[in-house]
Amino acid sequence: MAFRVRPLSRRSTLAALALAAVLPFGAAQAQVGDLRIIAPAAPGGGWDQTARSMQQALQADKLATNVQVMNVPGAGGTIGLAQFVNGSKGDPNALIVGGYVMVGAIITNKSPVDLSQVTPIARLTGEYEAIAVPAASPLKTAADLVAALKADPQKVSWAGGSAGGTDHITAGLIAKAVGVDPTRINYIAFSGGGESLASILGGKVTAGISSLSEYVAQAKAGKLRILAVSSAGRLPEAPEVPTFKESGIDVEIQNWRMVAAAPGITDVQKATLTETIDKMAASKTWQDILAAKGWANTYLSGPAFQAQLAKDIAATQVILKEVGLSQ
Amino acid sequence: MESFAALAQGVMVALQPANLLFAFVGVMLGTAVGVLPGIGPALTVALLLPITFKLDPAGSLIMFAGIYYGGMYGGSTASILLNTPGESSSIVTALEGNKMARAGRGGPALATAAIGSFVAGTIATLGLALIAPTVVDIAISFGPEDYFALMVLAFCTVSAAFGSSVTRGLTSLFIGLTLGLIGIDLQSGQARLSFGIPDLLDGVEVTTLAVALFAIGETLSVAAAGARADEIIEPVKGSVFMNREDWKRSWKPWLRGTVLGFPIGAMPAGGAEIPTFLSYALEKRLCRKPEEFGNGAIEGVAGPEAANNAAAAGVLVPLLTLGLPTSATAAIMLAGFQQYGLNPGPLLFATAPDLVWGLIASLFIANAMLLILNLPLVGIWVRLLAIPRPWLYAGILVFATLGTLGANPSLVELGMLVAFGLLGYVLRRYDYPIAPVVVGLILGPLAEQQLRRALAISVGDPLTLFQSPVALVLLALAALALFGPLLFKLITGHRAPVGADED
Repeated sequence: MAFRVRPLSRRSTLAALALAAVLPFGAAQAQVGDLRIIAPAAPGGGWDQTARSMQQALQADKLATNVQVMNVPGAGGTIGLAQFVNGSKGDPNALIVGGYVMVGAIITNKSPVDLSQVTPIARLTGEYEAIAVPAASPLKTAADLVAALKADPQKVSWAGGSAGGTDHITAGLIAKAVGVDPTRINYIAFSGGGESLASILGGKVTAGISSLSEYVAQAKAGKLRILAVSSAGRLPEAPEVPTFKESGIDVEIQNWRMVAAAPGITDVQKATLTETIDKMAASKTWQDILAAKGWANTYLSGPAFQAQLAKDIAATQVILKEVGLSQ
Repeated sequence: MESFAALAQGVMVALQPANLLFAFVGVMLGTAVGVLPGIGPALTVALLLPITFKLDPAGSLIMFAGIYYGGMYGGSTASILLNTPGESSSIVTALEGNKMARAGRGGPALATAAIGSFVAGTIATLGLALIAPTVVDIAISFGPEDYFALMVLAFCTVSAAFGSSVTRGLTSLFIGLTLGLIGIDLQSGQARLSFGIPDLLDGVEVTTLAVALFAIGETLSVAAAGARADEIIEPVKGSVFMNREDWKRSWKPWLRGTVLGFPIGAMPAGGAEIPTFLSYALEKRLCRKPEEFGNGAIEGVAGPEAANNAAAAGVLVPLLTLGLPTSATAAIMLAGFQQYGLNPGPLLFATAPDLVWGLIASLFIANAMLLILNLPLVGIWVRLLAIPRPWLYAGILVFATLGTLGANPSLVELGMLVAFGLLGYVLRRYDYPIAPVVVGLILGPLAEQQLRRALAISVGDPLTLFQSPVALVLLALAALALFGPLLFKLITGHRAPVGADED
C-alpha cells in the first residue's frame, strides 16, 4: 500500500455504489461492456485505490463502458475473495483486485478459498520494502543491523504492519538469509502506518520495516536513516540507499497488487480481459495515475505473471511456517 | 508572530467565495454522515477522493476539513436525540444527552454540545496553528508503556463512573473486554474466539455494538414494557436554549474537555474516544450534583463533546507536522494530499505553506459555520421527539440498521446487531449499565496491544512498565482514582464528599 491505513472500520457497498453512480461514465465504443471490480478492502486503502484508479483509466480511455467498484472488506481480503469465487463463476465481466498481502492472509486465516481458484490476469503495481532506523541510532548500515541480529535476535525489535503481512514476512526472510532462526525475531506489529512510524521516530524500537514510501519524507527531513531496500536494483526515490543484495542479504521482495478474473471463464474471455488490461496499463491515464500516486510500474501479465504468482505463493507458505505463523 | 501572519494569509485563502462554498458542502455532508451510524467521515472522504481529483487542491482539502468537523457534530446530534451514537467518539454523549432529551432538555443538550464543540474546536485549532511542533515532540515520546499506563488510568476512572454498583459496572466491562478479544490477534496473527466464521476475523465493530446496545436494546425495552410504560417524552420543557445555570455548568467542562482532548488526540495511539471517557469521569467527580449523573447532567454532555472535537484537531497535529496519519480519516486526508502531489511529512509546512495554513484557517471557518448552522436547527431537531413513540422507535430501528448494514452488508453483521440488541435488552432489564460494555470493547484491545508491545520490546521484563516518568505519573493518578475515596474515608471517618470540592 502507498501508506498503511489503520483498518478503517469496515464499510460500505451501498454508499460506494451510490457514489459510484455519480461518477461520469465513459460513453460510446468500448471493447468490453460492463465491468464489476471487487475491491476486497474498505474504501481508502491500497486495493480500493487500485480498483478506483482502474475504473478511472478504463472509462477515460473507453476500454469499458461502465465500470463499478464494490468494496467487500475484511480479513486481509479473504472475505471478498470468497464472495468473488462463489458468486462470479464463469462471469466474464467480473474482476477482483488483490495483492501479496492476500497470499499471506489466505494461509494464516486458513481461508477456504485461495488464489488457485481465480484466473490471474496481471500484476499492476508494486512497492518495495525498506528498513529504517532512527537518525540517532548507532546502526549505520544494513551490515550493522545484521551484526546486531546475529548477536541477539531478541534485542532487535522491528516495528511493522500486522503479523503475517509483507513486513513480517520480509523480516523473517532477512533473518533466514543471514542465518538467524526466523522464529526468534522480535517483531512488533502495529495496525497503522502512523503508529509504527511514531515508534521508530521516538526511538522505541530498533528498526522499522515497511514500504519505502512511508520512510522517504522522514529520511529527507533527516529524522530517519533508510538502511536498505528490497528491490533488485536501486530505486529512483532513494538512489543513495543500497539494496538488500548489495548489503549481503539475499532477499528480494515486492508487495505487489494484481487483478484477477472469475473462475471458469473461457480462454477467449480470458484473452479479451488480458488484452483490455494490457491496453489500460499502457494508457497515458494509467501512467499518470501511477506517477501521481507514486506507485512503481511492475506490470506483468500472461504466463509470466502466473509463474511469478505460483513462485510467490510457494515461498510465502515456506516462510510463514518458518516464522511460526502457520503449520 | 510569523504564524499569525501565515494564518491570516490562510484565512484569506479560505474566505474566497468558492472555498466557502466547498466548506459549506463539506459541513453539510459531514453532518449527514455523522448522524448515520457506521458511515463516518473517513468513508465519505475516501469515496469523494476520485471525484475531487480534478478540483483545485485547496478547495477539496477545505471540503474534507468540513466533512471531518461536521461528522463530529452530526454524531452528537444522533446520540442526544435518538440514543444512537453516530460515531464511536460520541458514545459517552448519549449517556447524559439522551437523558436530558427525554426530560425535555434536548435543546440545552444540543446547544451545549454545539457550543462546546465550537469552543474546543477553536481552541484546539489555535493550538494546532501555534504549538503543534512542541505538542508533537511530546506525543512522539510516548512509548507503549506510557500508553498502557494511560489505559490503566482510563479503566480505573471509568469503571467507577458508570452505573450504581461497582460489581454491575465491572460485569458489563468484562463482557466488553471479552468481545474485544474476538478476531485476529495483531501480534501473533492468530484468530481468537472467531469460531471459524470469516466475518468475525476482523473483530466486532464499535459502532455495531454501540448501535445495537443503545438503540436496538432500548427499542426492545420500550416494546417489552408496552402499555405499562408511563414515561412520556416531552420534547421541550422550559427554555429550548441554554439558561443561565446551563452556561454556568457548561463552560468549565468545555475547557477541561479541550485540555484532555487535544493532547490525547495528538498522540499517535490516543484517539478521540479515550478523552471522552476521561472527561466524563472527571466531570462526574467534579460536579456539585453527582446524583444528576445518569439522569441528565449537562456537564456529562459538555465535557465529552468538547473533548472529542479537541481530539479531532489534535489528530491533525502529527499529520501536518510529521505526515503521520493516526486515524482513519487522517489516513484518507493523507491520500488526498498525495493525490495533489504533496508529500506530507516533516517538510510540509515549508514546502506548501499556503495549503497548510489555508487548511488550518478553513477548520476555523468550518467550525464557525457548523455553529451557525446547528444552533437555529436545535429547535427543529428537538421536535423529532414529539413523534409518537411507536413511530419514533420504528424510525430509530430502521435508521440504526440501515446505517450499520450500509457500512457492511453482511448477514453476520445483521446477526451481531440482533444478538447485541438482545444483550442490551437483558442488561437493561436487570439494571446493568450499558456503557462499560462499549468501553471494554474500545479500551481492551488497545491496552492489550500496548502491554504486549512494551513487554516484547523489553524482552519480557515487566519493570519496563514503571521505568518511564510519564507512565509513573499516570499510574499514580490511576491509583489515586481507585484508592483515593477509600483513603479519604479511612482518614476522616466520613464518606468522601464526591464532587463537593471546587476546582
